[in-house]
Amino acid sequence: MLSFLAELKGPIVNGLLLGGLYGIIGIGMSMIFGIVRMVNLAHGDLVILASYLSLVTMVYFHISPLITLILVIPVMCLIGFVIQYYLLNRVLGKGMNPPLLVAFGLSIILQNLLLLIFTPDARALLTSISVQTIPVGDFLNLPVVYLVDFIGSIVTIALLSRFFNRTYLGKAIRAASDDEGAAQLMGINTKTIYAIAMGLATGTAGVAGILVGMTFTFYPHTGPEYLIIAFGVVIVGGLGSLLGTFLGGLILGLAQLLGAHFLGPGFQLLSGYIILLLVLTFKPTGLFAKG
Amino acid sequence: MAGTFLRVEKIDVFYHDFHALWDVSIEVEEGLVVSIIGANGAGKSTLLNSIAGVLRPSTGVIEFGGKKINGLMPYQTVSEGISMVPEGRRMFPRLTVLENLEVGCYIPKARKRKDEVLRRIYELFPILGERKNQFSSTLSGGEQQMLAIGRALMCEPKLILFDEISLGLSPLIIKNIYQTVRQINSEGRITALLVEQDIQRSLKAAHKVYIMQSGKIRLKGIPKDLSQEEIRKAYFGL
Repeated sequence: MLSFLAELKGPIVNGLLLGGLYGIIGIGMSMIFGIVRMVNLAHGDLVILASYLSLVTMVYFHISPLITLILVIPVMCLIGFVIQYYLLNRVLGKGMNPPLLVAFGLSIILQNLLLLIFTPDARALLTSISVQTIPVGDFLNLPVVYLVDFIGSIVTIALLSRFFNRTYLGKAIRAASDDEGAAQLMGINTKTIYAIAMGLATGTAGVAGILVGMTFTFYPHTGPEYLIIAFGVVIVGGLGSLLGTFLGGLILGLAQLLGAHFLGPGFQLLSGYIILLLVLTFKPTGLFAKG
Repeated sequence: MAGTFLRVEKIDVFYHDFHALWDVSIEVEEGLVVSIIGANGAGKSTLLNSIAGVLRPSTGVIEFGGKKINGLMPYQTVSEGISMVPEGRRMFPRLTVLENLEVGCYIPKARKRKDEVLRRIYELFPILGERKNQFSSTLSGGEQQMLAIGRALMCEPKLILFDEISLGLSPLIIKNIYQTVRQINSEGRITALLVEQDIQRSLKAAHKVYIMQSGKIRLKGIPKDLSQEEIRKAYFGL
């Protein structure tokens, strides 16, 4: 029995850490879904765009990918703001399909642009921490990069949560998400607010992109894989709270690695989706949905 | 006294093909409580929404403090000093009572005076102070109406628009709310324009009334000068 538990330690710890990364991948998607009520099909491609941006910056300045955050986050925020303000705001309020199609188009454009510039070769943000491990106890080697992912995710979500609860802008974003019309009556320009929210969400995609790039290899067309993970996180966690989304990520990561442990590596993705199906069946609003 | 404060002149408003307001003109003098009475669908809320910038008149002019304001967006009319308590209260349910009030002073010039205005609103509605950390969705209907009024006062408006504030509330609470409206008007020196289906309540509260029916102004005057007969005819369009 004891050895059984000891054997499980590895997949559990790794699953939780991977789940932290999934949390940060999903958080931007969840924000836009909750605030602008729009499914951003380009979210995964924005994550990968950030990976490439980081790669270029890293090579150009000879710095660690973590330091490229200083440049990548503001650039991604700006890209998100512009996309929402000049593109998506035009089609909001015209039904479900137009924003979906615009985001889908954006996704195709981004993938092909990346393909054009960077060729279809596999890339990675290689650093010394990508290969290091920390031994924990006798049975467990913790990949440092997973730990960095987890901490990066928690820090980002804590900062976002502070922003939403403490600042006028954060409260205005939440108000616009509750009732757009009433928010306008309070003097809030909701179109600008949506653009700011998208800027923030894309900024989190920036953080996710760098962490993803440090952890896995990526190609111009890897975006949709992360879109699906983001979808999974949003569905499991449910809308309403940042913490819920993060926990959704943890559950998904845990489900994947425990599935891989018991059923074999080929079942990693499948076991994640089985959890997804179970949540959709028994609690379609998500496990931690609020309001 | 600056004379006419808000002037709505010959506006027409459409919802797509539906002609909702026909050649409507009203004047609101500074410091008064002016009431617009009418049955359901008479166009009262349409008029208020046009003033607040939610709807756009296709013809005519809306002037506030000598400045043309039709064409402004609702978030811009707030900066001009017009605040609205919308029909159905329209709380932000996932924000606390305090956060709802804070969103009310979102515009930069209101933020600076937040603490002082907040104290005055807690004096006006002590219950809001007691419940400031609760989610607004947990308040009763009457408390939500108080919060909606408090939230609209946070930006220190010159003109406050009340849309059907007695809707769905018990008579005792309605009485309290109307007392507050008068208090805001006399002590806070805020001009008030209110829309109401309840004729008697409106006549008692207002210095001046307009009666609307089918998108047109049918009658205007000072409440005590109007006979019941005149009012009834205008209200029902007889």
